[in-house]
Amino acid sequence: MTEVTLLIATRKGAWLLQGDKARRSWRVDGPHFLGHEINHVMLDPRDGRTMIAAGKTGHLGPTLFRSSDRGTSWKEAARPPAFSKSADGEGPSVDHTFWLTPGHADEPGVWYAGTSPQGLFRSEDGGDSWAPVSGFNDRQGAKKAAGGAQEGTPDGPKLHSIIVDPRDRKHLYLGMSGGGVHESTDGGASWHPLIQGLEVVAGLDPANLAFHDPHCIRLCPSRPDRLYQQNHCGIYRLDRPSDTWRRVGKAMPSGVGDIGFPMVVHPRDADRAWVFPMDGTDVWPRTCPGGAPAVYSTRDGGESWERQSSGFPAEQVWWTVKRQAMTADRSESVGLYFGTTSGELWASADEGESWNCIARHLPEIYAVEAATA
Amino acid sequence: MRVMMPSALRSYTGAGEVEAEGETLAALLDDLDRRYPGIRFRVVDEQDRIRRHIRFFINGEQSFDLALKLEPDAEIYIVQALSGG
Repeated sequence: MTEVTLLIATRKGAWLLQGDKARRSWRVDGPHFLGHEINHVMLDPRDGRTMIAAGKTGHLGPTLFRSSDRGTSWKEAARPPAFSKSADGEGPSVDHTFWLTPGHADEPGVWYAGTSPQGLFRSEDGGDSWAPVSGFNDRQGAKKAAGGAQEGTPDGPKLHSIIVDPRDRKHLYLGMSGGGVHESTDGGASWHPLIQGLEVVAGLDPANLAFHDPHCIRLCPSRPDRLYQQNHCGIYRLDRPSDTWRRVGKAMPSGVGDIGFPMVVHPRDADRAWVFPMDGTDVWPRTCPGGAPAVYSTRDGGESWERQSSGFPAEQVWWTVKRQAMTADRSESVGLYFGTTSGELWASADEGESWNCIARHLPEIYAVEAATA
Repeated sequence: MRVMMPSALRSYTGAGEVEAEGETLAALLDDLDRRYPGIRFRVVDEQDRIRRHIRFFINGEQSFDLALKLEPDAEIYIVQALSGG
């Protein structure tokens, strides 16, 4: 069985957890960048050793750190993501890099980054220097779709879920929270919205991109024409070439609902996926519904969902799992992992049937990735 | 001229006090970035705006103007200012 390394990004630094072959015990390596707000740490699956961490501190502006030895040593990127300088000096500036995606297998060294305020950036040298993707950042209506920092989510509007089609390096998807789902078929030179079928908050106009809030979008590696999405307004599935999302979350129990942040797909079975619902009623507590944490799993593409809560406390649990903070490994019995806003890390070695807390007392967890190189 | 560094920037400079040159605050920051690559972007953004939690004091006077002329013997303090936990 392959050994798994968990890449944990938190509000106060990053940690790496190295699992044993059985994924029962975990060796803790960290903190890295103590005191930095780390939004994402990602390993390049193409070489198995390059890592990039997106960070900033309370005082200092954003940057990226790179490692070429799986996190043993780190070096700051020479030119981190930054918008083009505007003539009037009123243009946007990157507050933080939020999302990192390694490029296509045929393009070693290419990476994509999504920022807040929302911008798409690309590196062709393994993440050392970055340039704005002008086809996205400067497209017509970009400002209207994204809104300003004040109009976005409280921590700033996010560009996330950058997806590269494994069959076609020029076929890209991304999510804007808010601002909708967007697709490019020409490597990012031009983009079109992909929002048909997605609901928005009652009373708002679904034709207005600014009202769309995808939280997390995942492509199924075993069936790249299938995408799942956890949205502000439900769980959706899309089977291309259709361009209409279907709200499969309506099959979730009515007392739980289909609101949440993360979306996880099985590495080899496109009918299997997992979500972590949160309370999206009245004032949006965004906590475990009823104080009882549970993962929900589907085996049939979202037509039905089963509750998986063995190992979790039964009551009085009020944390949240953020959109990057839940993931799967590629083991034969797929391991699932999630981190909480209260700094707990939970793991399942049996596809969600049972859960163990493998770390606690960490800072608020922003992102969890499982590297099985 | 003498430039006093906040603790958050000492991973770049290795010291709390460094020497740098520049006829303006902007030129001083360019010189600092040549000496300590990457430091400028951590304190000034891509639109040349001083970051929200960074302050510059020149001979004890706060300035937000990167075009500010500097005397050769000016004493610069870069200060970090943040609330919250």
